[in-house]
Amino acid sequence: MSPAPRARRPVAVVSFAQAHNVRREDERNEVEMLMPVVAEVFANIGITKDDVGFICSGSTDYLVGGPFSFVTALDAVGVWPPRPESHVEMDGAWALYEAWVLLQEGEVDAALVYSFGRSSPGNLAEVMALQLDPYTLAPLWPDPVSLAALQARALIDAGKATEADFASVAARNRKAALSNPKAQVAHDRSVEELLGEEYVVAPLRRHALPPITDGAAAVVLAAGDTARRWCERPAWITGIDHRIETHAPGARDLTVSPSIALAAERAGVGDGPVDLAEVHAPFASQEGIVLEALGLAGAGGAGGNGGNGGNGGNGAGLSVNPSGGALAANPMMTAGLTRIGEAATRIWSGDANRAVAHATSGPCLQQNLVCVLDAAWEGA
Amino acid sequence: MADRCAVIGVGQTHLRAKREDVSIPGLVREAALRALADAELTFADIDAVVIGKAPDMFEGVMMPELSLAAALGAVSKPMMRVHTAGSVGGSTALVAAHLIASGIHRRVLTVAYEKQSDSDAMWALSVPQPFAAPLLAGAGGYFAPHIRAYMRRSGAPDHIGRMVAVKDRRNALKNPYAHLHLEDIDMKMVEESIMLWDPLRYLEACPSSDGAAAMVLAAEDAVSGAYPPAWVHGMAMRSEPTMFAGRDQVNPQAGRDCAADVYRQAGITDPRADLDMAEVYVPFSWYEPMWLENLGFCPEGEGWKLTESGATALDGDIPWNASGGVLSSNPIGASGMLRFLEAAMQVRGQAGEHQVEGARRALGHAYGGGSQFFAMWVVGSDKP
Repeated sequence: MSPAPRARRPVAVVSFAQAHNVRREDERNEVEMLMPVVAEVFANIGITKDDVGFICSGSTDYLVGGPFSFVTALDAVGVWPPRPESHVEMDGAWALYEAWVLLQEGEVDAALVYSFGRSSPGNLAEVMALQLDPYTLAPLWPDPVSLAALQARALIDAGKATEADFASVAARNRKAALSNPKAQVAHDRSVEELLGEEYVVAPLRRHALPPITDGAAAVVLAAGDTARRWCERPAWITGIDHRIETHAPGARDLTVSPSIALAAERAGVGDGPVDLAEVHAPFASQEGIVLEALGLAGAGGAGGNGGNGGNGGNGAGLSVNPSGGALAANPMMTAGLTRIGEAATRIWSGDANRAVAHATSGPCLQQNLVCVLDAAWEGA
Repeated sequence: MADRCAVIGVGQTHLRAKREDVSIPGLVREAALRALADAELTFADIDAVVIGKAPDMFEGVMMPELSLAAALGAVSKPMMRVHTAGSVGGSTALVAAHLIASGIHRRVLTVAYEKQSDSDAMWALSVPQPFAAPLLAGAGGYFAPHIRAYMRRSGAPDHIGRMVAVKDRRNALKNPYAHLHLEDIDMKMVEESIMLWDPLRYLEACPSSDGAAAMVLAAEDAVSGAYPPAWVHGMAMRSEPTMFAGRDQVNPQAGRDCAADVYRQAGITDPRADLDMAEVYVPFSWYEPMWLENLGFCPEGEGWKLTESGATALDGDIPWNASGGVLSSNPIGASGMLRFLEAAMQVRGQAGEHQVEGARRALGHAYGGGSQFFAMWVVGSDKP
């Protein structure tokens, strides 16, 4: 393996917009959901599509139930005259990665990244089962909740977490979501109350599950002076890396995430203090695994993170998921990109100086991306 | 500035109507192992994997890259999945090449595949969508009217399409990996085949194939393998919307812009003279003359004359699709990568019987959607 690459060119997140996350968007199709988001992400910094040299999006056909869902989505931007443009069948966080790679080469100074996921037209549990190995897993139709429950059970059996820990994570995220106007699920409920809920799939109760969401998000990336011109305090990407694990849940230790740990190391998470983390942990039971692998867990271990009811992590300075995370809204293919956008927002505002954003894909945190955002670009 | 990027390994599976002897992981691994062997490397030498394929509905597996990670040696590495419609095989190679050009990685494995026999592409393309014109007859039904428009616009005679169909199938006889090996192919055989979408007859359309393609791309300091590298001289992508008033679907602006960009990077001013051959995405016979014009190999309206003159034949001055092209093998998601890969094989001198003698610079081209997504690269035997 090559040594961890250094970002050769300063590239920053300079604008972010997201749709109101809702359970069911009946009035507007994917393009109509995206159009105001794309308009807003440009208007925020006073630019137009003519100011970006590359466009990259993330989505998946299986949510729409038709091939080429990204094709019509491109109409939300209006690529005329023709543009350099690409698409990943992945969360928008990976579309952002592709754009960041291109910006490193220096020919292009700015890029638009967007993603969308409208889960309401289908049965999400059935759709997601089709993401599994078609020979050995998919024929059993394991739904995402059941797979996450297996992971949660493994955590409990390993003594790494308790059901109360899951409830604490859910309570904290949903309480934080009260200050997120785009959140779908937000409330202030006690851990005791949440633990009184019925199991959906033991050991996961309703509160530990993400909502099913229709949503869309967009980000503008810009390099160097362009970023400074468009944004007073750009969120510089000082490190970004992603890693995948094997697919078979039975071949993995589900209580840890070596892919996050490796991505975090190569993105340089540990190179400085982190005051904010936006992590993509759709299930409350997964947040502790993510924070531990990021090196942001407290001494009490992964499960203990959320348990203090306040910030999860190493010291009072770390804020975890002030947006409410994926427990507040979980638009498929989009919630990862949203984490990067939410983290950047808090760099712009001055609430954070160095933030970590995380995105996940696949069953039980199989694939992960880690992005470090910094208010300062050393030497820039 | 961008780092140099080279193709140091190529691999493809035998392309067949049905590869029932292998699973999807088996199929992609077959191509990947051949590419690694060509580069004299193993999975352990690879920094990242970029995989592409056309719509997931073609096999009925959502985001299949997740379950292919282990088969492609991607565990604990970065893995990306590209999907840009029919151009995806080309776009995938470009995403991988940018990982080298940006200095992020030194060796990247890129793979594209389709296992069309697992499902029915015609059906998958024809799912009714609200407020969208139905594509009930698959891609041929969509493109046939554009071909008619081209014929009317250029005054091209009927037999041009048949000439391309014969030429590409004869080339395929020299390519052991090609799906169609039609020993007796001639103009009469094409003319007597059934009319599918007027003016396209059965033998003027691409087959449905199972298959995979793979390449190992490397930074300058990581070149390996017995064959010389194919250096990337230029790469570009362009997209335009599917529909709007005044859009020219016969000669799309995105294709012209993409070609202009890639030629600028490669220092090409006259593609017919400056390139030694081209592997161009021609899924239906008439797309050869149409793309000859779109890609600037001749003035508008003259493409059919170039085809008719034999210039694009294997012994012509600018051979197109020496491998047999998409008309002879169409594993959709891999078809674009096969164009990029065959261009690299030519400038590396490893194309065997279908080698264009002395080829030093070649174009790889892919398009997709409603003639709206384009991906191209120019590769050469000289270091840029």
